[in-house]
Amino acid sequence: MALHELTIAQLHEGLKKKEFSATELLTDVLQRIEQVEEKIKAFVTVTEDVAREQARRVDEKIARGEEIGPLEGIPAAIKDNICTEGVLTTCSSKMLHNFVPPYDATVMRKLKAAGVVMVGKANMDEFAMGSSTENSRFFPTKNPWDMGRVPGGSSGGSAAAVAAGEAIYALGSDTGGSIRQPASFCGVVGMKPTYGRVSRYGLVAFASSLDQIGPLTKDVRDCALVLGAIAGHDPMDSTSVPHPVPDYTASLEKGIKGMRIGIPREYFGEGIDAGVKEAVKKAIATLEDLGATCEETSLPHTDYALPAYYIIAPAEASSNLARYDGVRYGYRDETAEDVVTMFMRTRSEGFGTEVKRRIMLGTYTLSSGYYDAYYLKALKVRTLIKQDFDRALEKFDLLVTPTSPTVAFRFGERAADPLQMYLSDICTISVNLAGVPAISVPCGLVDGLPVGLQFIGRPFAEETILQAAYAFEQAAGTANLKPAL
Amino acid sequence: MREYEVIIGLEVHAELKTNSKIFCSCSTEFGGPPNAHICPVCLGLPGTLPVLNKKVVEYAIRAALALNCQIAEFSKFDRKNYYYPDLPKNYQISQYDLPIAYGGYLEIEVNGQKKRIGITRVHMEEDAGKLVHAGGDNLAQANYSLVDYNRTGVPLIEIVSAPDIRSPEEARLYLEKLKAILQYTDVSDCKMEEGSLRCDANISVRPVGAAEFGTKTELKNMNSFRALQKALEYEVERQIEILEEGGRIVQETRMWDERKGITVSMRSKEEAHDYRYFPDPDLVPLVIEREWVEEIRRSLPELPDARRERYIRDLGLPEYDAGVITASKALSDYFDRCLQYTRNAKAVSNWVMGEVLKYLNATGREMDETFPVPPQHLAGLVELIDKGTISSKIAKEVFKEMTETGEAPEVIVERKGLKQITDEKALAAIVEEVLAANPQVVEDYKRGKDRALGFLVGQVMKATRGKANPELVNRLLREKIQ
Repeated sequence: MALHELTIAQLHEGLKKKEFSATELLTDVLQRIEQVEEKIKAFVTVTEDVAREQARRVDEKIARGEEIGPLEGIPAAIKDNICTEGVLTTCSSKMLHNFVPPYDATVMRKLKAAGVVMVGKANMDEFAMGSSTENSRFFPTKNPWDMGRVPGGSSGGSAAAVAAGEAIYALGSDTGGSIRQPASFCGVVGMKPTYGRVSRYGLVAFASSLDQIGPLTKDVRDCALVLGAIAGHDPMDSTSVPHPVPDYTASLEKGIKGMRIGIPREYFGEGIDAGVKEAVKKAIATLEDLGATCEETSLPHTDYALPAYYIIAPAEASSNLARYDGVRYGYRDETAEDVVTMFMRTRSEGFGTEVKRRIMLGTYTLSSGYYDAYYLKALKVRTLIKQDFDRALEKFDLLVTPTSPTVAFRFGERAADPLQMYLSDICTISVNLAGVPAISVPCGLVDGLPVGLQFIGRPFAEETILQAAYAFEQAAGTANLKPAL
Repeated sequence: MREYEVIIGLEVHAELKTNSKIFCSCSTEFGGPPNAHICPVCLGLPGTLPVLNKKVVEYAIRAALALNCQIAEFSKFDRKNYYYPDLPKNYQISQYDLPIAYGGYLEIEVNGQKKRIGITRVHMEEDAGKLVHAGGDNLAQANYSLVDYNRTGVPLIEIVSAPDIRSPEEARLYLEKLKAILQYTDVSDCKMEEGSLRCDANISVRPVGAAEFGTKTELKNMNSFRALQKALEYEVERQIEILEEGGRIVQETRMWDERKGITVSMRSKEEAHDYRYFPDPDLVPLVIEREWVEEIRRSLPELPDARRERYIRDLGLPEYDAGVITASKALSDYFDRCLQYTRNAKAVSNWVMGEVLKYLNATGREMDETFPVPPQHLAGLVELIDKGTISSKIAKEVFKEMTETGEAPEVIVERKGLKQITDEKALAAIVEEVLAANPQVVEDYKRGKDRALGFLVGQVMKATRGKANPELVNRLLREKIQ
């Protein structure tokens, strides 16, 4: 197998044994990018120079006989809404087409300390708003399993890069399913950690109370490795939690015998593709075979999650995105004669349709006279949804659902109808509202396209989730799936 | 014309004098080159997050306790959304429905009567930056404008009064007292000219006896205590005139034009912003430990009212003196330090209210460490008078010299030979000379013209260059004439 086809854990062994150097590994990945990127379009920016320098330093370290960490020298793609010092960070928006942050996001600082080799900044839906990466202002990213289909979104570039071997792992961000849904569509593993588990400092905000950074990887072990590197309290993020970070790989092989798994019936109703349902039911049978007890349960407020989300997220976004006005950085309309016109033209040209739609929605729901009816009510619904999860997770160690109601859809299929697009996140959105952690692992193929299985756990129980996902992946043989490219 | 009652409420912003800003570690120092005290956080760059400076909370609690407020056990930060180029995030982090403190008051004295003015709330927020306009006075008229973000993120507290103020004078007294309290608690410099104390006013009038408040206007841009009173006086007249002519007051925001001495309409209620407040998801709710509040309460310094009482009760100062001195913490601290060197409080008070204030006003300075007369020198001067070494008149001359040279009074008296002449024999000779030179005046005095004696005293003082002990001169003159 070519180096770019291997996992982090496998490559780490190879680097340690000096079977190849970090530079050789990087060269192989860059060649892969050269070979497939024209078709996939996973990257907004390929950072070859940065990567070569980082790889060189790892090789020097190895040459000095020093021990290297598990992520050291491993090529990664970083979603383009995570600030990287000195490297363009665009959020796939015209608004930030020229924005070069003078600082690293905390996760970037951590990955740099862990020896990352950053090969590029991954394409996404503009400002992480979307479920197909069609909302990128630059170009859409293709699904490596079928070039006529979307990779999902908003972390579509990250998921496609990993699936296509253009990066060994990637970071994404997940506000309503933006890591898990593209992971599901592209046949990779994607995790949204507990809200507060990973610092948001340097993640360009979409909806602050929902956003969370997480890994996209080829298998569950890699996911555990990357999560371990980026998790932890950050004094720069007041919402990050001072909870110890365990070695997430330590409990991977413990199995799931005796685990109680809840199957919320609301996630198997109308709108869920028959093929997806079939694949997930088969996966549940596998979990039972492995010794878990699976039992139907209920999350009764599930129906209200989507409407609540589409009030809370746009409300926060309308305020978070107010700063893009052309005064200090990013795109500016140069034709205006006065400042108000400059604001208006900058924002109407700098933002794309979906972003403007959500800014308008959010501005409306926060307006005086509507606040109580919309925003406040949505917050109450959010509390009810959280209580649903609290109750269910009292009884069960984990909940299992499909990640998305369908496999990857075709380009243009949903782009014209925002509501159809929003429904693509119906299985993932509640998790963000509740703040709990969840992972998507591939559980099979339907018509040659990957299906994702979602494990949802208690707050800060990422270990349990990874343990179960690992056991499943081993039994189902769905680790490191590769599309025929 | 009907009798009207004036209703005023004030919203005061005070910059807190913490070393660093409210949500990042940048310096809060005033001035400095433009955009020298900024970082990605206070500049609101994409991805950055605010982290609350605990000192700001402590200062806000200290001020609120001094204003007799309740401290909320649970408080939070909200976003106030509006677009302006000096606001880098286009929202200001403030506190909306759950401020850190509420339900306090302060006392003012109006015509010898104590009056309580309610304080509705105290909340924390971040300051905005500053625009510098080129080619015009404001954003609309300028050819271009530059932004200085040094002030962005400097911590503010906003103190909102109840509508308890009944005259422009009361408003000024309220603001003066508020300033004194914030200075005593050492939470703010309260320099109106540097903008570290800013005041907006809500004002309405109603016929005496009316149950409902009239329509209010909001006044902005008053940059001094005087401007506040003037603007309110103007607005009272303007509103009454409209009502007397049968008109209606328009609810609006009005700007005080200092140069013209009038208020002008800025924006109407319809044009008012909808700030779309909502809880800031980047900050966690603020839970204030009772123990911490009590600790801060115990560390509160003596406040102006208490100090004023002490001056009256323990030092025997007249109420007026006590009020004037305690109105400024710096002045009052100076006064207190003087009393470490002399026990004559009344004399020190006279000097502080007289020559010291006169000097500060004339030089346009404030009492601070650059004041050239240290407390021990002023106390020394008082002692010299009390011991009869110099006369009060000479003392004023010595004081002037002290402000110019910074020397101790004893040194100046010695160097300039200003010691009072109390030697009876030496004076008697001079008295004889004066009497001999002015026989007509002596005659006048003998015929009952009392004022003539004053002239003779003056002549003796002139001959001694003011150094003669005036009481002694009086006695000697009387003895010699009879």
